[in-house]
Amino acid sequence: MVVDIDLLLVSPIDVVKRLFTLVVEDEFLKIVLFTLTRIALGFFLGLVSGVLLSLVAGRFKIVETMLWPYMITIKSVPVASFVVVALIWFKASNLSALISFLMVLPIVYTNLLDGIKAVDKKMLQMADVFKMPFGRRMRFIWLPSVKPFLISACKISLGLAWKSGVAAELIGYPKGSVGEALYYSKLYLDTVDLFAWTVVIVILSVTFEKLFVFLLKRALKGVETL
Amino acid sequence: MIELKNVCKSFENKVVLSNFNYVFDDGSITCVMGASGSGKTTLLNILLGLIKADSGEVSGIPDDISAVFQEDRLCEPYSAVKNVFAVTGNEVGEDEIIAVLGELGLLGSEFVPVSTLSGGMKRRVALARALLAKSELIILDEPFKGLDDETRETVISVLLKYAKGKTLIIATHDERDCVALGAELLQL
Repeated sequence: MVVDIDLLLVSPIDVVKRLFTLVVEDEFLKIVLFTLTRIALGFFLGLVSGVLLSLVAGRFKIVETMLWPYMITIKSVPVASFVVVALIWFKASNLSALISFLMVLPIVYTNLLDGIKAVDKKMLQMADVFKMPFGRRMRFIWLPSVKPFLISACKISLGLAWKSGVAAELIGYPKGSVGEALYYSKLYLDTVDLFAWTVVIVILSVTFEKLFVFLLKRALKGVETL
Repeated sequence: MIELKNVCKSFENKVVLSNFNYVFDDGSITCVMGASGSGKTTLLNILLGLIKADSGEVSGIPDDISAVFQEDRLCEPYSAVKNVFAVTGNEVGEDEIIAVLGELGLLGSEFVPVSTLSGGMKRRVALARALLAKSELIILDEPFKGLDDETRETVISVLLKYAKGKTLIIATHDERDCVALGAELLQL
């Protein structure tokens, strides 16, 4: 090429070389931590809110009906629209947390509500006859039924939290974020940097997902074997 | 005593119980017999409070009831011991649970998930759960389903031992159960 840079497609060797130089840069850890903490915060807020709302909606049909338009809106509105609105209302630095939260909430809520609805009614009758207390109902009846739905929701939403969180940062480019780094790669047509950062995001996303799902399964197993 | 007065129950157009009257004395053993669809399970479900009679009166149902349902209704991922613990809590010790499971011929299978047990073994776990739960009334819907004759005899002796003094209502197809239990017969 005339300008001697790989613009359209870069060599994997160049990407690996750039990765090695990237990880030893002073700012690298700060940038990664900035994005990681916000996406993790958004994910956990979405997870907790989704669990609580699904429990209430599973118990009271009216709550499910009232929440339905909100959930369908959150699911359908493009991330870009949320980002623009959020940029007007809030600081750009917390943008990825908000967007991750909005992506995770409806997935966790919908999956868990399905899990709650899938609980065997005959088992609930059995619990009523034997007057099982709330704690043991949760552990022996609700948990085994809801567990696969919760794990599946976490697997799906964790990947989406990273994708949408970084996309939000790319639009709002908060200072010192992974999104900002990607934005500058685009601005300076630095495709090697773009691919290197993408590899970093994929590694972070997969590691975070695997680690969280592993810990979640361990915790659920711990509750089962109490 | 538990008294049913003029109890009626229909499902769509099918009358299952019509002006049914009966008294179950405290501490009695009653075998409910009848052909399939005669209303045995319906009667037991009314006593358990799982369905309501269309009309009539049911009185004297104690607060603490235990049951073996038509289906096993066990917590499949958990062991037999945990299934019993799920209803008894810490009121019954693990040693006692294991002892009863052993008497029911489940020695060696106490700690494996019940999902891995055979139909007859699951039935016995459900029975152990009903016997060890705090109750004054025990309602058993075909508790010997899937058991061979030898196991059935063992289970009946365990049932008589642990249900002593409690009101026992059992739905069965087999008159031999009624004789072995020394029960009153309620023919539907």
